[in-house]
Amino acid sequence: MSYLNVRNVGKAYKRYPGKWARLAEWITGQERHEKHWVLRDISFEVAPGEAVGIIGINGAGKSTLLKVITGTAQPTTGSVEIGGRVAALLELGMGFHPDFTGRQNVYMGAQINGLFTEQIGELMPKIEDFAEIGDYIDQPLRTYSSGMQMRLAFSVATAIRPDVLIIDEALSVGDAYFQHKSFDRIRKFGAQGTTLLIVSHDRNAIQTICNRAILLKAGVVVKEGEPEEVMDYYSALLADHQSQIVKQTISVEQKVKTDSGTYEAQVTQVEIFDAKGQKIEVVPVGAWVTVRITVIINRDIDGLVLGFGIKDRLGQMVFGTNTFHTKQRIEEAKKGEICLFDVSFHANLGVGSFSIHCSLVRNESHVEKNYHWIDRAKVFEVVNVDKPLFVGCAWNNIQFKIKKVSDAQEITMDS
Amino acid sequence: MLHPVMFRSLWQYRGFVWGSVLREFNGKYRETLFGAFWAVAGPLTMIVIYTVIFSQLMRPTLSGHESTPFAFSIYLCAGSISWGLFAEMLGRLNNVFLENGNLIKKASFPRICLPMIAILSALINSGILLGIYLLFLLIIGHWPGLPMISIIPLLVLQLLFTMGLGVALGTLNVFFRDVGQIIGVVLQFWFWLTPIVYTLQALPEGARELMQFNPLLPLISAWQTVFLDRTWPDFASLLPLVVLTLLMLWLGAWLFMGRVGELVDEL
Repeated sequence: MSYLNVRNVGKAYKRYPGKWARLAEWITGQERHEKHWVLRDISFEVAPGEAVGIIGINGAGKSTLLKVITGTAQPTTGSVEIGGRVAALLELGMGFHPDFTGRQNVYMGAQINGLFTEQIGELMPKIEDFAEIGDYIDQPLRTYSSGMQMRLAFSVATAIRPDVLIIDEALSVGDAYFQHKSFDRIRKFGAQGTTLLIVSHDRNAIQTICNRAILLKAGVVVKEGEPEEVMDYYSALLADHQSQIVKQTISVEQKVKTDSGTYEAQVTQVEIFDAKGQKIEVVPVGAWVTVRITVIINRDIDGLVLGFGIKDRLGQMVFGTNTFHTKQRIEEAKKGEICLFDVSFHANLGVGSFSIHCSLVRNESHVEKNYHWIDRAKVFEVVNVDKPLFVGCAWNNIQFKIKKVSDAQEITMDS
Repeated sequence: MLHPVMFRSLWQYRGFVWGSVLREFNGKYRETLFGAFWAVAGPLTMIVIYTVIFSQLMRPTLSGHESTPFAFSIYLCAGSISWGLFAEMLGRLNNVFLENGNLIKKASFPRICLPMIAILSALINSGILLGIYLLFLLIIGHWPGLPMISIIPLLVLQLLFTMGLGVALGTLNVFFRDVGQIIGVVLQFWFWLTPIVYTLQALPEGARELMQFNPLLPLISAWQTVFLDRTWPDFASLLPLVVLTLLMLWLGAWLFMGRVGELVDEL
């Protein structure tokens, strides 16, 4: 049975004032170090089959937490209980040696996970098959591209379905094809009851795979909950290191709305209009709509860029851009001014609920200066009025060209 | 080291330990044209040089073995093999955690595997040397016969002693990197303070007295007795080393078990 229990885990590294202090401590038995805490009082439980994402900026303690969970490092306080077969992808290709062939390295990589030679022999065809590196399997590893190395390493590490799978950003490498493939395998493991713990900066990965997300900041859990909500909060935190308020309020739609920033410029209203200028809440598929965003300037600023995006029900960005990229940056704005941004587009969206995300920033991205950032500034429904039935999150006016062929001769000519 | 859990996890990871030993051996000669020949070439060279220099050029005589051909080579090689194993093993154990720092930080496996891999690797190298040495003895007609069995307990004792001392030093070396440097210096002195290249009899009385404090002396002497005199060694003389070995094993286990968790924080 797989389980993962993290109880009041804290981790401190020892810091000695000088080179001789440690020796003095060992000899006299008197503590001479100060503790540098990187994790404090972290508690959470992961149920069997649950997938939990851990997010946080660099240095928040994510990797240390994973090390403590996998048993690579020992917690200073608290305890970790972990049950079943544990596989950790902290770093792919650990124990690989460049001079040996891929096949030999498979043995090495699997042995370090506690597998026996005979077991590995049995798994070998599956591993080769999944890695899809062909004849390279019998070439020295140093002749591999980094992508191939990582394919092989991933295949080895996940050759047997573990009860608990711990992944540290390992998935952000490799080409799109293999990423899909590895995600599929991880999802399948999850469906079969594998408990997942993932550290990633990839919003998509966290939101699509995880049931829950935990946000770490300076070694402390600052937020825990639905991935979308936590990711929004994280984006807001990331937005700026200036003093700013991050607050979350439950909006009418019962989803948490995150808004943050310095409020030097502020979005006051977001409305949707149809082609006739009528205010609407429900948008027909493919209709021409205009979103009007009203912005008030609270202080003199030397640059203003509006970021606009549409997210689907799961919080995935369907489309987004900003006025920096369209070369429409406002160079200067005075206190008290009001700017109206009219964003017009064809609502080529699938049926369902979508939200509008807007941000007011000084330049290209929100990292430098973030005036105002709102997730789910406006939620609207898309309905299918006059289009043929279709599924998916995007509308595409596709055409089928169909021809009945009665003669075999014709087929060969056609193809 | 003396904990049942440790033995169990070591047994569970025997595939990894044995695989690593083999890979290390293969890896050394992997990209060479002559392959495993090089594993034999080194030891062979040593025996040939010792033989040529000391039986043809310098001709030192050993009292009681004036009529034995190659007597000094036999003596020199016996001591060198035993010492070589000790020095190689100690040197490797000393750095075993530092060298594998990355592995320790990133992968979770029983840490005791690492010293085990180092010990077995060193044993293989010495095994080859010993094999060639025995072949040499056979060819020159100086086969030691039955007393050779005593090499087994001698080896076991030496392994345990080196293991205890080496694991203790290896653990210390992570926290105090000076240890590694000190060992290099100490090994040099220790080698020349052990009758390997010279004989105990060649020393003046006072020096011989002092030599009794060298714990490795009875061990090396035992090897020399077995191969040169072809008689059973004086097992009673090994008693102090047995006691010291137990002490070292305890020290190694105490340091390793107590600090293994903290180890990774320092790498």
